[in-house]
Amino acid sequence: MATQQSRSAARFMMAPAVILLLGWMLVPLIMTLIFSFKKYLPMRGGDLGWVGFDNYVRFVSSSAFWPSVITTLVIVGGVLIITIFFGVILALLLDQPMWGQGVVRILVIAPFFVMPTVSALVWKNMFMDPVNGLFAHLWKFFGAEPVQWLSQASMESIVLIVSWQWLPFATLILLTAVQSLDSEQLEAAEMDGAPFLKRFWFIILPHLARAITIVVLIQTIFLLSIFAEIFVTTGGAFGTRTLSYLIFQRVLESQNVGLGSAGGVYAIILANIVAIFLMRIVGKNLDN
Amino acid sequence: MTLRNALCAATALGLFAGGAIAETLTIATVNNGDMIRMQGLTDDFTEKTGHTVEWVTLEENVLRQRVTTDISTNGGAFDIMTIGMYETPIWAANDWLISLDDLSDEYNADDILPAMRGGLSLDGTLYAAPFYGESSMVMYRTDLMEAAGMEMPKAPTWEFIGEAARAMTDKENEIYGICLRGKAGWGENAAFLTAMSNSFGARIVDENWVPQYDSEAWSNTLNFYIDLMNDAGPPGASTNGFNENLSLFQQGKCGMWIDATVAASFVTNPNDSTVADKVGFALAPDNGLGKRANWLWAWALAIPAGTQKEAAAKEFIEWATGTGYIELVAENEGWANVPPGARTSLYENPNYKEVPFAQMTLDSILSADPNNPTVDPVPYIGVQFAAIPEWAGMGSEIGQEFSAALAGQQTADEALAKAQAIATDVMESAGY
Repeated sequence: MATQQSRSAARFMMAPAVILLLGWMLVPLIMTLIFSFKKYLPMRGGDLGWVGFDNYVRFVSSSAFWPSVITTLVIVGGVLIITIFFGVILALLLDQPMWGQGVVRILVIAPFFVMPTVSALVWKNMFMDPVNGLFAHLWKFFGAEPVQWLSQASMESIVLIVSWQWLPFATLILLTAVQSLDSEQLEAAEMDGAPFLKRFWFIILPHLARAITIVVLIQTIFLLSIFAEIFVTTGGAFGTRTLSYLIFQRVLESQNVGLGSAGGVYAIILANIVAIFLMRIVGKNLDN
Repeated sequence: MTLRNALCAATALGLFAGGAIAETLTIATVNNGDMIRMQGLTDDFTEKTGHTVEWVTLEENVLRQRVTTDISTNGGAFDIMTIGMYETPIWAANDWLISLDDLSDEYNADDILPAMRGGLSLDGTLYAAPFYGESSMVMYRTDLMEAAGMEMPKAPTWEFIGEAARAMTDKENEIYGICLRGKAGWGENAAFLTAMSNSFGARIVDENWVPQYDSEAWSNTLNFYIDLMNDAGPPGASTNGFNENLSLFQQGKCGMWIDATVAASFVTNPNDSTVADKVGFALAPDNGLGKRANWLWAWALAIPAGTQKEAAAKEFIEWATGTGYIELVAENEGWANVPPGARTSLYENPNYKEVPFAQMTLDSILSADPNNPTVDPVPYIGVQFAAIPEWAGMGSEIGQEFSAALAGQQTADEALAKAQAIATDVMESAGY
């Protein structure tokens, strides 16, 4: 039982850490907010005074805004669906006892340790290149016209690359969940004659629900801000410009800090909306 | 982001020049071959002056961002910056750079090629000293040209290029008549197409800063380019930039390639290129309107206004961009590896004249004029860009539309209508 006194003492002790963390978070946020209300053009003399909500209005009314939001959501959604679907399958397969288990697991997890820029380059030049790529050779071997992945199926290509990078993460979390499953329960179900699909649906999947929730939340946070894969492969062309890429273009290419900061504030709002939305959908799994 | 600090720990006892204090200069530079080579030769500078040098080497886009941030916030992290022809006039107009008009007679600033000097000056004052310069030209396969029964003139027209490209194309055997940039970006396809549009009589904006993407000349440019690439270009050209085209050409898959003059040394190097002995060069094409489709670019050294070490920085610039440095590289690495395109005297040097692409590089550079880039007059400086702060962002967005048009997702005229809207929006918000 903590007394009133010891609790306030504890708060006092924690204060430095809390203040430091708050500062860590709040200073950039407040600076972004301040810049977003200013006309700030580094190449034209820097700070040119307050402009109220001008930047916010211009950012939203630009023809690039809504497509970029939709692009962002499509990439996040697509990658989540793919990684969870295959993550569950891989986790169940990797859980089986087999020869060389350790090596196989390391191989499955390997893509996660490849830097985003590197993996994007590898995919772009070694797999998807319509002249020299592996896929092009495969297509030609079967007498088909090679697909120009990054220009004709650009969104699918980016979703594919990002999914490949994040699949190990999903697999790893789901594998630990599968391993914590009580095998006696499964054996009992098998004795009672439940086929595999039923066992999966009524025992394994409910057990994985919490892990899936974690995967969805953590991946969403990271996927909302993917940048390197787009920068390297398409440069934002062919409708692959996400919100974070648009902000990059506004701040660094157009050298318009105010406009980009307003975009940053929108991105924060979008991320929170998505997070709350997801929390509500999957949150009930966390209550069990 | 990889930050690689190349520290030259040159602790040799230098010969102090005229009793000057030994300084340590911090230099931001770009990670291309010529600059890396310069870092390896810095000991020579330290021996001569006593100053030591610390290098911050970055990839081009990262360098641009770091340096821009540093200078616009008066960070003072660098004593010398490597900047391009695009930034120089803009930064000079903001009083961010120190004038280089007072370099010593020994340096001989008059030796700098006029086009380079023009692009790196503002109102006749030099603000950055060119380390190396480039233009663009046609690189073509002499064997394929012969097989097609055609002969490349020294100064081809677009019409000839179109015919030759289609004649050389053999898609069954993966020979594509022409490889051109299609990757979106202000330094990628927007640079190539802007330079190309100059030869078609187009311009980015008119004298009153009204965007001209809706003009007939632009429509002719983009339609010609897209038709040509569809008939004779490699598949997936809309994602090919400089590097992708370089590797295609080196593998012998391109009949022609119109790109940077510095690529000439890569395609003729037998270690990297399968077609090293079959490459010819020609000037960038034109349409008889008096302007060719070649661009102009230089990487140059400039001193930010906030530095405390101006004198030492100027000494370094004189060392790195003077004639002495060229001789130093020639001695160590051979004449083919000296930084090209900056000085007249280099092209008068009998040793350099033996380099196969030297004359064509010089002719290309001489035929570009950054102060007078187009058929009709324009208010901006720059050949394949407009030296205004908004160009990088605008050029990249427009480049994305061009890329999508090349990929067949919209027509050329749809892309130009969007480009016109983007440019109009930018010009209005910039207050032109």
